Amino acid sequence: MRTSFWLAGAAALLFSSTAFAGDTIKIGFVSTFSGPTAVIGNDMRNSFELALDHLGRKMDGKPVEVIYEDDQQKPDVGKQKTEKLVQSDKVDFIAGYIWSNVLLASLKSAVDSQTFLISANAGPSQLAGELCSPYVFSTSWQNDQTPAAMGLYMNQKGVKSVFLIGPNYAAGKDMLAGLKSTFKGQVVGEEYTVWPSQLDFSAELSKARASGAESIFVFYPGAAGVQFLNQYSQAGLKEKMPLYTAFTVDELSLPLQKDNAIGVPGAQEWVNDLPNEQNKTFVADYRKKYTGLRPTYYGAQAYDAAQLINSAVVAVKGDTSKKDAMKAEMEKANFKSLRGSFKFGNNHIPIQNFYLQDVVKDADGQLSLKTVATIVENDQDRFHDKCPMK
Amino acid sequence: MKSQLNVSSVVAALVVAGLVLLPVYSNLSGNIFILTLFTRIVILALSAVSLNLIMGYGGMMSFGHAAYLGIGGYAVGILAQEGIGSGWAQFAVAIAVSALYALVIGALSLRTRGVYFIMITLAFAQMAYYVASGLSRYGGDDGLTVYKRSDFGGLINLGNRVQFYYLCLFCLLAVVVLVWRIVNSRFGLVLQGLRSNEQRMQAIGFPSKRYKLACFVIAGMLCGLSGALLANNTDFVSPAVMYWTRSGDLMVMVILGGMGTLLGPVVGAVAFLVLEEVLSQITEYWAIIMGPLLLLVVLFGRGGIMGMLGRLNRG
Amino acid sequence: MLLVVEQFLNGLQFGLLLFLLAAGLTLVFGIMDLVNLAHGSLYMMGAYFAATFVAWTGSFVLGGVLALGATLLLGIVLEYTALRHLYGRDHLDHVLATFGLILFFNEAVRLIWGPAGLALPLPSWLAFPVTILPGIQYPAYRLAIIVVALLVALLLYLGVMRTRIGMLIRAGASNREMIGALGINIKLLYTLVFGLGAALAGLAGLMQAPILTVQIGMGENILILAFVVIVIGGIGSIRGAFIAAIMIGLIDTMGRAFLPNLLRQVLNSAAASTAAPAMSSMLIYLLMAIVLVARPEGLFPANRR
Repeated sequence: MRTSFWLAGAAALLFSSTAFAGDTIKIGFVSTFSGPTAVIGNDMRNSFELALDHLGRKMDGKPVEVIYEDDQQKPDVGKQKTEKLVQSDKVDFIAGYIWSNVLLASLKSAVDSQTFLISANAGPSQLAGELCSPYVFSTSWQNDQTPAAMGLYMNQKGVKSVFLIGPNYAAGKDMLAGLKSTFKGQVVGEEYTVWPSQLDFSAELSKARASGAESIFVFYPGAAGVQFLNQYSQAGLKEKMPLYTAFTVDELSLPLQKDNAIGVPGAQEWVNDLPNEQNKTFVADYRKKYTGLRPTYYGAQAYDAAQLINSAVVAVKGDTSKKDAMKAEMEKANFKSLRGSFKFGNNHIPIQNFYLQDVVKDADGQLSLKTVATIVENDQDRFHDKCPMK
Repeated sequence: MKSQLNVSSVVAALVVAGLVLLPVYSNLSGNIFILTLFTRIVILALSAVSLNLIMGYGGMMSFGHAAYLGIGGYAVGILAQEGIGSGWAQFAVAIAVSALYALVIGALSLRTRGVYFIMITLAFAQMAYYVASGLSRYGGDDGLTVYKRSDFGGLINLGNRVQFYYLCLFCLLAVVVLVWRIVNSRFGLVLQGLRSNEQRMQAIGFPSKRYKLACFVIAGMLCGLSGALLANNTDFVSPAVMYWTRSGDLMVMVILGGMGTLLGPVVGAVAFLVLEEVLSQITEYWAIIMGPLLLLVVLFGRGGIMGMLGRLNRG
Repeated sequence: MLLVVEQFLNGLQFGLLLFLLAAGLTLVFGIMDLVNLAHGSLYMMGAYFAATFVAWTGSFVLGGVLALGATLLLGIVLEYTALRHLYGRDHLDHVLATFGLILFFNEAVRLIWGPAGLALPLPSWLAFPVTILPGIQYPAYRLAIIVVALLVALLLYLGVMRTRIGMLIRAGASNREMIGALGINIKLLYTLVFGLGAALAGLAGLMQAPILTVQIGMGENILILAFVVIVIGGIGSIRGAFIAAIMIGLIDTMGRAFLPNLLRQVLNSAAASTAAPAMSSMLIYLLMAIVLVARPEGLFPANRR
């Protein structure tokens, strides 16, 4: 028994390429499955699996094999896993990627090998601009778009001044820049914190209070968002300096943030109550299949990634060697997205609506996210001009 | 010299032979990834060998050895970004800067000993880590993609997997031979004398600090070389390669393989990294097996793998 | 000026928390000569126990006390089963073995509690801001941490300086062979000291839990800081750990608070924003390097021969 256990592992390492692709569609999925942000990766995997269920676990009649790899939220590990998927497993597509820095590190391996990469979350500005590629698509957004929508909303509300706080990595810098691109009031101060290790924000909150700004804007995905909201309300700032957010309150953090999240607005391209049919099915089936869990925008984007891949496979009748035809098909965004229909820009980033979401109590007393209004329609990122693809 | 044909040297020879023949297997089976994986292992084995020089023979427990991986890597990455693609220049800078860094921190750190030495080397490596994180022009925390590998003219093409692998393996074997020569030279004997009794050696009249510093600088240069190779292998360099956990990994490789033995670090690096890869293929919870395994090696296998093999020979 | 006072309190609170963690570490290191990397795991376990027991009993205090007991027990079991076999071995063996324990604990937590982490909500009787000076509001819970940690530090000081056990501990820290020769039951003393250290780490974990979340790997980053503290303070010295912990807490917080503005005066704004968090994180390591270069055995070497 124990011998076979070791042999299995060694065999996987040595002989994994000998299993010939042939008649299966192979998809690699890189996300974070260990450490504190593993909840995000799990949600993406759940939704991706649900999408495969909905497709009958086949694409154009061929069985689908998905290989999940853990990037440990580290750029160098993500890069290594991407190489393994490309070289050893010889996958047809790679999807996933939560973190901008992991994606940026992995990009070259996928593009050089001409493997299609579908980012189901990360959207660094370089990807939309100079590093755009025929082989790279996004079912999420460019980082700036969501905070830019939040900036528009703050203008609508007549907010005069803001203090910005965010983590010091690719997405953090993009997010704060995105808010500044649309917000018309005054930016009083701007603080970056060490990512992902810094968890105590007391120094930054004290500074925000002392700055005299009218409001605070933050970007803290995952557990950091829980900690930030905890400390923000403990500091008694909730009544004095209203908080505006991007990617800080979602269905994963909400059970931990609890009442701290009530009244904290966020912007998002997908909310669980969007009124299209495929979204209703998705949310209902997700809650049925994974009891006690609720789908998130991460999951919705992963679901869309599976559907986008399916549309390409169906268009070439399962012959995944026809890269140009698959690319042409994917550019049409010819599938039923959970956010309603959208178009791809020249850089393969969606042109889409952004909604204002708020936290409310359900009929059954649970906290959940609700769409309040549409902030902006058919929004395109501001880097598409820098992309050489036309 | 009865120990020439014992189990541990047979295993070490097998490991080396396996490494030499690996590209043939990779080519026959079409498994490219195993070559990519082992290129990484060979490079990290090179750093482990350099760490073993100061830890195993010099008695200096450095907890900041990964700093050189970063220095070497950033030398390649920064020069490539600034348009200097020549491998000769990149590698020379990598090794020279590593030597300079080792000289400065060595001179300061060698004032302390024991655990304090462990911690002060850690402190310097962490500072190097944060300096790299602050380089906003070169990607800051996110790291830097190396779009073009080091260019050695017509001599060797680093873009070719097999050629690059053999370059790394050549470097590793050359460094092992170098360490062997050092250890058996007068310099090396003095060094080992210092490790067992520094006061006595000083009393005889050896300037202990100068010997140790020289050893420290040599090890730094060798690890800087491996950093330059690593950046070429991953086409990417980020502050993460200098983080203290990476220094810890290198220490674990050395101790696991057998500290103070010539090929122990190579065996340790292969064992550690292959185990990590194999276990993570079997289960997401690989660390729950790896952790107690390390504990058991310490409790029951003194002297690491080479030590255990040595006892096997005797028993 | 008000900002400085507020940031001072932030730094003090962080420093005191570090002290709780460092006190146990420095005792174990000083007396048993054991480098215990798994100390951070005990901090994590304290937080997980607290989150579990508080949810179970519905009371923050009761849950906290149970969690302390559980961490103490875990510490004793750990010492008895694994770590006692490491006494007298090389430091490197300690590093390797306890590094293995970190991996083990992280995965065990993931298996038992799942990967998502837990929330430990603040008790409502502490969840409000206090006006400590006109114009300065400070979270009551953070003030409570300061008070509790100072109290523990005082008790520890009295315990070590005024009681018989404390005398043995001090004797052990300065000369290990001696107390053995005096016929003291050294094994029991070691187990007790290790349990005490574990409980202190657990206390730090459970007090920090409502501010941060309870999550896997929460012990690793703070562990390195705790090592920095005990090395600056001098291994085995409680007093040194106390002073060094406060120093580190203040420098880290003040650096984060004021360095960016200073940098902005020399660099352009964008470069300063990126460089500042890195530079301020570096300060504590710079401090450690300077201290060790000047005083190679820390500020208060315990075992002066």
